[in-house]
Order: sequence, then structure tokens, then C-alpha cells
Amino acid sequence: MRWLAAALVAVLLALPAFPSVFGSYAVTVFTLIFFYGFLGQAWNVVGGYAGQLSAGHAAFLGVGAYTAALLSAEAGVTPWLGMFAGGALAAVLGAVVGFLGFRFGLRGFYFVLLTVALSEICRIIAANTEAVGGALGYYITFTGNPRQFQFQDTRAYYYIALALMVAATGLVAWLERRRFGVYLAAIRDDEAACEAAGVDTFRYKMLAMLLSSFLTGVGGTFYAFYLFSLQPNTVFGVPLSVEIIIRPIVGGAGTVLGPVVGSFILSPLAELSRHYFAQGGWHGAHLIVYGALLVTVVLFLPEGAYPRLARALRRRAAPTA
Amino acid sequence: MAVGLTLIFGVMRVVNFAHGDMMVWGMYLAWLLAARGGVDPYASFVLCAAVLFVAGVLVQRGLVQRIVDAPHEMQILLMLGVALVLENAALLVFGPEPQRVRSALAQATIWLGPVFVDVARLITFGVAIVLTLLLSAFLFRTDLGRSIRAAADNPYGALVIGTDVRRVYAVAFGIGAACVGAAGALVAPLVPFQPSTGLQLSVASFNIVIIGGMGSLVGAFVGGLLVSVAESLGAVFLKPSLKELVSFSLLVLILLLRPAGLFGRRAA
Amino acid sequence: MSLLEARGLSKHFGGVQAVAALDLDVAEGEVVGLIGPNGAGKTTVFNLLSGFLAPDAGEIRFRGRSVLGWKPHAICALGLARTFQIVRPFPRLTVLDNVLVGALGRHPDAGEARARARRVVDRLGLGGKASSLAAGLTLAERKRVELARALATEPALLLLDEVMAGLNPTEIATLVGLIRDIHAGGVSILLIEHNMRAVMALSNRIVVLNFGERVAEGPPAAVASHPKVIEAYLGEDDVHAAPAR
Repeated sequence: MRWLAAALVAVLLALPAFPSVFGSYAVTVFTLIFFYGFLGQAWNVVGGYAGQLSAGHAAFLGVGAYTAALLSAEAGVTPWLGMFAGGALAAVLGAVVGFLGFRFGLRGFYFVLLTVALSEICRIIAANTEAVGGALGYYITFTGNPRQFQFQDTRAYYYIALALMVAATGLVAWLERRRFGVYLAAIRDDEAACEAAGVDTFRYKMLAMLLSSFLTGVGGTFYAFYLFSLQPNTVFGVPLSVEIIIRPIVGGAGTVLGPVVGSFILSPLAELSRHYFAQGGWHGAHLIVYGALLVTVVLFLPEGAYPRLARALRRRAAPTA
Repeated sequence: MAVGLTLIFGVMRVVNFAHGDMMVWGMYLAWLLAARGGVDPYASFVLCAAVLFVAGVLVQRGLVQRIVDAPHEMQILLMLGVALVLENAALLVFGPEPQRVRSALAQATIWLGPVFVDVARLITFGVAIVLTLLLSAFLFRTDLGRSIRAAADNPYGALVIGTDVRRVYAVAFGIGAACVGAAGALVAPLVPFQPSTGLQLSVASFNIVIIGGMGSLVGAFVGGLLVSVAESLGAVFLKPSLKELVSFSLLVLILLLRPAGLFGRRAA
Repeated sequence: MSLLEARGLSKHFGGVQAVAALDLDVAEGEVVGLIGPNGAGKTTVFNLLSGFLAPDAGEIRFRGRSVLGWKPHAICALGLARTFQIVRPFPRLTVLDNVLVGALGRHPDAGEARARARRVVDRLGLGGKASSLAAGLTLAERKRVELARALATEPALLLLDEVMAGLNPTEIATLVGLIRDIHAGGVSILLIEHNMRAVMALSNRIVVLNFGERVAEGPPAAVASHPKVIEAYLGEDDVHAAPAR
């Protein structure tokens, strides 16, 4: 496995250099890969490791996005600070979701439903609140001012997204070996056995949810100042939640590199199918690909692409295992 | 609609996230038949049910059966995937604009005592009652129905006494899908629908089933009535765009307070 | 010194009284066997003692403190560990990580906890399987994993729920030895068991339950010949006076 780690490091070192080599379209694709990799990693904490399937993570993104956008436009607060406010508010929402779900003992399907319901409630509220632009959405005027988290050069977004993804991945890798990570993995397997072994399952699920929603909220700021327009139906919608969760699931939920691998597989796929289908005048068809992929993964690759890959590579390296 | 969902869940403990999207296909099928074949949906709903029955069996046999023993997360994700495929296939084939099905009956109204009643809604209500009664009769009186209930209660036990559990599961899923197909056809003339309606319908189904109790037919029926009343009341007092808020808030409340519903047994 | 005191413990489910005004004590250093026919309420007692169920009435004192209404993890932190009737190791975790979860409760630092977990794993003879996933082990091994995990929480009192069930005579003998060893290490034990030989061999004192009530109590020899006990078991096929061949 030594050479695999070396290869990873090599790629990691090479990535910052890409923008100089590639054209702007490739830069955009990679930016999206990194950004969704970051979001997927954030979800991974609570959805992959702790096994609490949240299908409403878009709500955290939305809250973070709107908060940073509003603070910047109305109060002149730079998004570099605003992102933490956005993250904090998203974490508050996460605390609410977590509290409601975990205190009332909602597991599995019921929990999924709760997260969907709550994120839809957020969406409807946002779409009906004129102060934040209502159903038409909120627009951010483009100034290109880096202090306002806006950049003329799209390559800046590339680096920021890359930094976010690497930081989140590093954080998850670090947590995995510590008590937090071990507890979460155990909680995913069997909560009652955890309690019997002295694990405060409620506390750790809440912590996971807080971390996950905070990070997602921070991502919201990036989203807001990358796309410059926030539509409640998009930003709080279930399709976006699906985008967030499908990468870690396909890549391997509950693993460090799963969300990253998943994002590298899915973002290019999404772009390709978007283009291919859009040419025929078909919209949203890339979601069919998502759906089919989800079905395939569940049936044939339940632990995700990355663990499978890792096992295959390990077998190659040590055939006498 | 909800009856179908509760059947699927009660028998296999699989939550069918694709329920709403199946219903939308039922609607589109009825639309097709009406537009191309000139068949009135109130006649074609039987056909729609049949088609969806077959589709349901196929889905079950091909996909769901494989993960019956898998952890719940996997089942959820599978049906989510199916839902995505169905919704966006509909988008592909039929386009995103809302559709409506024309039916002569949809326009007619009659006086029922002191109240104006929509003939269309009356028929739908009547058919719903009849279907639910038929389904109950099927489940409680026929051998196949009893097998289904046995398998729902205790899959291993059912296996031991010789029930072909896989066939039972397939049939149950098929019936669930058929219910939804019929529902789709019947409801199609009443509301405009588009592929994204799938999510709303799924949520509505879940709402109803959870309120009434997972696995209980009576519950599904009662739940349906309750939710409709609540939504109508909501529409009266609030802005129309907030109508969904009512159903989602209701769902959250029920989830928190009584996930077992009014008539249901708490599932694992 | 009394480690565990339960007084007037009652619990009913629907119309069934599972446990009825039960008094139960475990003194420090004891091994107490809890026996009774199926459905006598033994596992319910365990669930009540470990915090998984709330009693309808009664008081539970552990190490001098009332633990009524405490969550299971808090009771575990106080020093009461349990195993489950249907063994529940964490299937997707390795043996070592399974035990690690237990150890982390006492040693928050993962490195330290890992070292301690390693020691427990070796002590229970699972050293060779430390990196194997729990899901792939034999029943006997999985039981030892669960036992190791409970042990890693460094309990004062260990609740064992039918640990011998499903094991062959060799495995049972090994397990009996292990339990003796654990007891010698200073852990008090309360065990539910249907395997009479094991119970007789291990217990200082036996409590007999039937229909949620205590019907007899005393040293093994006395209990074995107690008329009420024989009456409770009459017709029961579970009484293994000798291991089934």
C-alpha cells in the first residue's frame, strides 16, 4: 500500500498546479469536484460514520448561504467572517434537527423522513419570506472584490474549494482514529450495544450532527459567492441534498476517501450527462444516471467504490494474503 | 394510495420511497390512454392498476428482493434511486410542463343534500372505499391474502409452513403498486401533475401512513381522511403556497409524538 | 459490602407482570447465578438493572448510589457492564476496535485505550483474531468479543446473559475457566444461565426466579434440591444436569 499513498501524495501536490495547465472549463469541473467532495465529506461525518442518514443537508447549505449573503449585503460583513456565522447558524439548525431526531429516538427511515420534512419546511419558509427575496431568490451583486469573497479569476475558487476539501478530509482522517470516530462507527453498527459499553450515544450523535451541519453551512458561503444567486427551491431542495449525499454513498460512506473518490466519479459524470442530455433538450436527465447509479451501488457495491478499490489493490499488492 | 404503501411496508418492512413517483407514472399512463386512446380515466384506472401491478412485481423481483435482508440504510437508498430514475424518466419522456387529463365527469357536479359535490371526487371516494374493502377481503379471506399476512408477521415461520415467501412479497409489492396506479388514474383529472409531483405525493403518502399507522389498512384509510381534512383547513386559513407547510409540519409532529401512528404497530 | 441492591423491582408489559416486587443483592466479590424457566423474567431483570428499561416500581442501588432512571451508558460508567442474550458485537468493526469502544470509556486517549484493549483481547485468547471483523467469527469467538468489550469498561459488576447458550462442551469449559479468571481478578458477577453444570460450578449463591418472583435462594447444593425449584423446572427440557452429547 506504500506506493498507493505515494501516488495520492503526488496527485495532491500536482493538483494545485492544474489550473495553469488546464483551460477554464476543466478548472470549473474540478472546482465542483472539490466543492462537492467537501460537502460530501461534511455529510460523511453524520451520515457515513454515524450512520444517521440525513436527506435534508441542503437546509444547512441554504442557511449558511443566505446568512453570509445577507450579512454581506445588509451589514457589510465580509463573507470571510460571515461564513462562520453561516456555519454557526447552520449548526443551530443541525442541533434542532439532531435534538428532535435523537431525543425522540427516530432511527433509519423515520429519521430520513424527519430530515426531509424539516428541510422542506425551511425551503417553504424561505420561498415565502420577502425579506430574503422570496420565491424569486436572492441575488448578490458581483464586485470581484476578494475581501468580499469574490474573485475575478475563477482559479481562486479552485484553490479555495481544494483547500476546503483537503481540510475536511484531513479532519475526518484525524477524527477516525480518535475516540470520536471509533464511537461513531460503533453507533452506526449497534446503538444499544454502545450504550451498554458506556457510550453516550445521544451526545456523540449530536456532536456529529453539529460538526456536519457547521461544515455544510460554511460550504454555503462558498456556494453563495460562487453562483451569486440563491433560489430557495434549489438551495433548500431535495435534489441538492441528493447531490450532497450521493458522492459519499457511491464512493464509500464511512471512509475517509469515499466522498473524494465519489466526487471524482460523479461530478464528471454529472457534467457529461448534463451536456449530453441538454443537447437533446432534455432537462434534469442526469438525475436518472444518479438514480441508476444509486441502485447499482446498493445492489452490487454496498460499501462504496473506494473500499472495493482499496481491497482489490491490496490483493494485488499481497497475493499470498 | 396510502393503502398501497402501508401494504408494502407492512409485509416487507421496506419503505417505498418511489411510491409517489409510481403514482405519477400511473397518472401519465391514464393521460396517455385518454389523449391517444380516448379512454376516460374512470374506466381506464383498472388498466392502469394492472400495468403498475406488473411493474411493481418486476421491481420487486429484480431489485427489492435482493436486499430484503440488507441493513435498512441500503433499502432506503435503493428506493431513493428508483424514485430518482422514475421521476426523471418521466421528465425525459413527458417533459416538465404540468398536464391535466380531460374527463367528462370531472366537470359534473351534483347536489348531495345541502352540499355541492364534485362527481369526480365522489367517484374517487367511492372507488377508494370499494378498493380498500376488496383489499381487506382479499387479505383476510383468501389463501394468498393470508399468506401475505403470515409473511408480514413472521417471514421465517411462513417459510417453514411452505409459503413461497418470495412470490408473496412480489405479489404484495405488485398490489401496492396497483393501488397507486389506480389512485393515479383516478386523481389525474382532478389536479394538474408533473414529474416533480412525485415527491409531494410520496410525502403525502408517508404522512398518511405514519399518522394512520404503518402496516394497518384501516389506519391508512383513516389517515388519508385526516390528512386531507387538515390540508383543506390549512388551505382555508393560510396562503396557498403554504399548504405544503401544513403537511410537512404535521409529519414532523407525528414523527415526534407517535411514530407508531393511530393504529399501527411499532416497526423495528 | 453490598455492591448491588434491588428492592421491590416490578415491571409489566401489557397484561403480563414480567417482574414482581423482586429483591436482589450482589455483594462485592460474589458470583450470583440467576436461574429460572424460560419467561421467568431474568433478562427483564438485567434490562432493568442496566438501565435499558425503567421499572414500574422499586429501587436500584449500585455502589451505594441510586441508579434509577439513569441511562445505560451512565450506569456502565459507574461500573456495571452487561452482555446480551443474543450476542451483539459490532459486526463491521474489528475485534480490537470492538474492545476499544469499551476501553475508551475509561481512557479517552485513543492510544492508551488501544493498548489496554489489546491486553484484554490477548487475555481472552483472541489475540490472533484482533484484526478480523467481528461479523466473520464463530459464535464462541463473538461471545468472547462481547465479553472482552464488557471487560474493557473495567466493571465492578458484570452481568452475563446466557453466555453458554449455543456453545459446545469444549467451548463451555473454556468459558467457565475464563469467567473464573475474571472473577479472580476482582470482578463480581451476576449470571443468567440455563446450563446447570456451569451455574453450579461458578456460583457462590443462586437465586431462582419464576413468573417474575424469587422462589428460592441459597448455595448451589441447597437450591438444586429445593422442592419449589424442581417444581418450577418440571417439564422443562432446558435443565442440563449433564452436557448434552
